[in-house]
Amino acid sequence: MGLGLLGKKLGMTQVFDEHGNIVPVTVIKAGPNFIIQKKTKTKEGYNSLQVGFDEIKKVTRVNKPLTGHFKKVNIAPMRFLTEFMVGDEDIDVNEVASEVSIGMFAPGDFVDVTGISKGKGFAGVVKRYGFKGAPASRGTHEFFRHGGSIGAHTFPGRTMKGRKMPGHMGAQKVTVQNLKIVDVRGDTNILIIEGAIPGPTDGYVIIRKAVKKQK
Amino acid sequence: MNEIVDLIEKEHMRLDLPEISIGDNVRIYTKIFEGDKERIQGFEGVVIKKRGGNTRATVTVRKVSHGVGIEKTFPLHSPLIDRIEILSKSKVRRAKLYYLRKLKGKAAKLKEKRD
Repeated sequence: MGLGLLGKKLGMTQVFDEHGNIVPVTVIKAGPNFIIQKKTKTKEGYNSLQVGFDEIKKVTRVNKPLTGHFKKVNIAPMRFLTEFMVGDEDIDVNEVASEVSIGMFAPGDFVDVTGISKGKGFAGVVKRYGFKGAPASRGTHEFFRHGGSIGAHTFPGRTMKGRKMPGHMGAQKVTVQNLKIVDVRGDTNILIIEGAIPGPTDGYVIIRKAVKKQK
Repeated sequence: MNEIVDLIEKEHMRLDLPEISIGDNVRIYTKIFEGDKERIQGFEGVVIKKRGGNTRATVTVRKVSHGVGIEKTFPLHSPLIDRIEILSKSKVRRAKLYYLRKLKGKAAKLKEKRD
């Protein structure tokens, strides 16, 4: 899958493109990212690079195992750690404790952004699955946002598996694919991406090269 | 709002335009592209609404043309806006002049502000 970046969603705004069109954008703080650990086929059985982001200012909040993990590479403890599965050449090129540069992306590139979506709590079928609900007039009572029938009678005698019903919605891992990069600012590690990304402001996100769309 | 987002918005702001207030009579000149030709078109009327901060700000201008009310909303900081002329200012007591939509002729006239 290749190496990616970790970041924090700072919020959304809009910019004007060269034709004067309004483009909705999301601003992401994507760095500094450091490689904390290297896992190799010979030692761990698979190739991956562990990347850390967002330094923890209050060192007393870090537990002892993690403190040791970061002390090994001489980097301040970080809040967000993720592994990226990489090929053999990425393992050779990248050194432990080196910074992952935001320069791997350029304006015009396409990326996939992964985050934890906003939690919606226990949601009904209208909000959760887009059911239409029941007619609001002509004698409907106490049955406005219900899902209707959940199955037949004696045959099959049970409700089918996978039936869409109310339940917990949101707060799950979501990936949005093929988002265009509008601007990359190397000095401040700011990434500006066209469109919306999952999660709340200040939520952590993972930014990877687009799997499906190449430039 | 996050301060970094705020700074990014400020970069795109246009500082060459005059400050518009509600009730002003303005003429807004916009660039219009037709094929590869560019021309400039003016739209004259009363500012009845302002909203949004920084680069997101828009103004709504209303005029009555051949007895039909026309309202146009312009993104204030768009590069397509050529220039804005303020023709006159009016004395108004509200932030949004939606009540003008119900009025016709002389009743829809605003008192001019002189200083």
